[in-house]
Amino acid sequence: MTTTSPPIAIPRPARPGRRASSARAAGGRWTGWAFLAPFAVVFALVFIAPIVYALWLSLFRNQLVGGNAFVGLENYVAAFGDGAFWAGVVRVALFLLIQVPIMLFLSLLVALALDSGRLYGTGFFRLSIFLPYAVPAVVAALMWGFMYGTRFGLVGNLNDLLGIQLPDLLSPSLVLASIGNIVTWEFLGYNMLIFYSALRVIPTSLYEAAAIDGASQFRIIRAIKLPAIRGSLVVATIFSIIGSFQLFNEPSIMQSLAPNAITTSFTPNLYAYNLAFAGQQLNYSATVAIIMGVITMVIAYVVQLRGMRRAD
Amino acid sequence: MTTTRLLTVAPSVTRRRRLGTTDRPRRSVTLTVLTAIVLVYSLIPLIWLFINASKTQSDLFSTFGLWFGDEFALFDNIARALTYDDGIFLRWFGNTLLYVVVGAGGATLLAVLGGYALAKYEFAGKRAVFAVVIGAVAVPGTALAVPTFLMFSSMGLTNTPWSVIIPSLISPFGLYLMWTFASEAVPTELMEAARIDGAGEFRIFWQVALRLLAPGMVTVLLFTMVATWNNYFLPLIMLRDPDWYPLIIGLNQWNAQAATAGGTAIFDLVLTGSLLTIVPLIIAFLFLQRYWQSGLAAGSVKE
Repeated sequence: MTTTSPPIAIPRPARPGRRASSARAAGGRWTGWAFLAPFAVVFALVFIAPIVYALWLSLFRNQLVGGNAFVGLENYVAAFGDGAFWAGVVRVALFLLIQVPIMLFLSLLVALALDSGRLYGTGFFRLSIFLPYAVPAVVAALMWGFMYGTRFGLVGNLNDLLGIQLPDLLSPSLVLASIGNIVTWEFLGYNMLIFYSALRVIPTSLYEAAAIDGASQFRIIRAIKLPAIRGSLVVATIFSIIGSFQLFNEPSIMQSLAPNAITTSFTPNLYAYNLAFAGQQLNYSATVAIIMGVITMVIAYVVQLRGMRRAD
Repeated sequence: MTTTRLLTVAPSVTRRRRLGTTDRPRRSVTLTVLTAIVLVYSLIPLIWLFINASKTQSDLFSTFGLWFGDEFALFDNIARALTYDDGIFLRWFGNTLLYVVVGAGGATLLAVLGGYALAKYEFAGKRAVFAVVIGAVAVPGTALAVPTFLMFSSMGLTNTPWSVIIPSLISPFGLYLMWTFASEAVPTELMEAARIDGAGEFRIFWQVALRLLAPGMVTVLLFTMVATWNNYFLPLIMLRDPDWYPLIIGLNQWNAQAATAGGTAIFDLVLTGSLLTIVPLIIAFLFLQRYWQSGLAAGSVKE
């Protein structure tokens, strides 16, 4: 089945033997590297080197007496016992468990609705729902933050209009949900487009066969459409998980609007940032960043394995 | 996968076929209304932004958020936003364009070269390259940010445009897209034919492959453009001097101005500036969205 390869996380490597002949004729083993070299060099500078450097930093500590000293895993031990850090991890995990399913489910519903061909004005819907992706996170957070506000926001307007007191969306108990709404708004259309693109390339012969079998719409969605776009579902899930764990922009921008609700260690990334740039604790900041990176990679990897297990 | 009974044709095939997506199905008002709810959700904030960018600061606090204020001050606000603080906004806009053109353009070029190599050549270490790149995508950008900042500051690159441009040059997702696209779009036979004609590998790339790769390149360019235009974290830590800020950081600084003691609140300018920031991107989207469409499904069908 090579007609459809929706974006899968790991493309099949070229089958050796079938195309190797062209490679051999291409004059040796270095031509490929020559093309790849520019990417590889910059990649090493901005990805590999910082990762190695962060690992190195995390093993040291800058002490008042004696300056930079090797402390082994002490920073890690400190991080594992750091309540502020784990509170942030729990917060983004909670965010992930609630926001990501809601967003992806909505994206999928809209993609299926667009794909069904039963809407009036499909093109207009597709573009308009995708539009928020063009809005920078900073602007999105500012806009929504203003709207949440009671001073000149929509919430304040509604309170005045109806003479009620809506719950404060910028309060400590609700601010995470408010941020979830902003992220959902930003990426709903983006994920919708990924699913929609995958749906468009399903061979129509499958639908014809299903129609002959008298399958219902619901059955077609369950038995044909969802399995066919499994790959893009997994990819979108992985990207969303990585995004949730890296949550930084929205809380960072809304801090000025909700200073009491959004603490300096609200998310692990915010914590790492503040440790490095406000607290000058570079070694500990690198440690927090590495632990977060490892957690993210492990979870993304597990999701990918589970998602792809029944892919074939 | 459903088992298909191709031989026993159901009696009412024509009526049932409507159920599939193959024919033009009946349009549904219910479904349109339901999708319209999502549409309203997506557009309301943008409408709110447009309306409120057209208000004076006093109207902003006193009039209803989803309707225009007493006076339509949009053009007045735009003029003020562009001239505020000696026209710093225009300077930020120019910086953003610089970062987008050089950063996203360079990222696209590197991704095309790399993706083409991965798709069309066999070489030692190819699979390792891919594993490393995929692994790197999972590493949080902020995990890299602090060490990158320290490295760049020891190289003397921080607080210069380079500190924003160099990291923007790498787009792992772009590399992946070009890889899948190039393996479908550039027929190996064509490359063989060019080799038989005596063309060198780089000439084959420039004269044969590049044209075939153009649609995929547009997609990658769009992705990297949006990524650079919207990049917040990287310039936030790398740049100290407001003269090098991109729009996004500048806007955030305007917004923070209200929170600092003795700062004048310029919410009207923050809103107008936000509107001015997203208009170019929305225009780009309207013109180029069909490329996204084809590009996202890159390599899935031969057209």
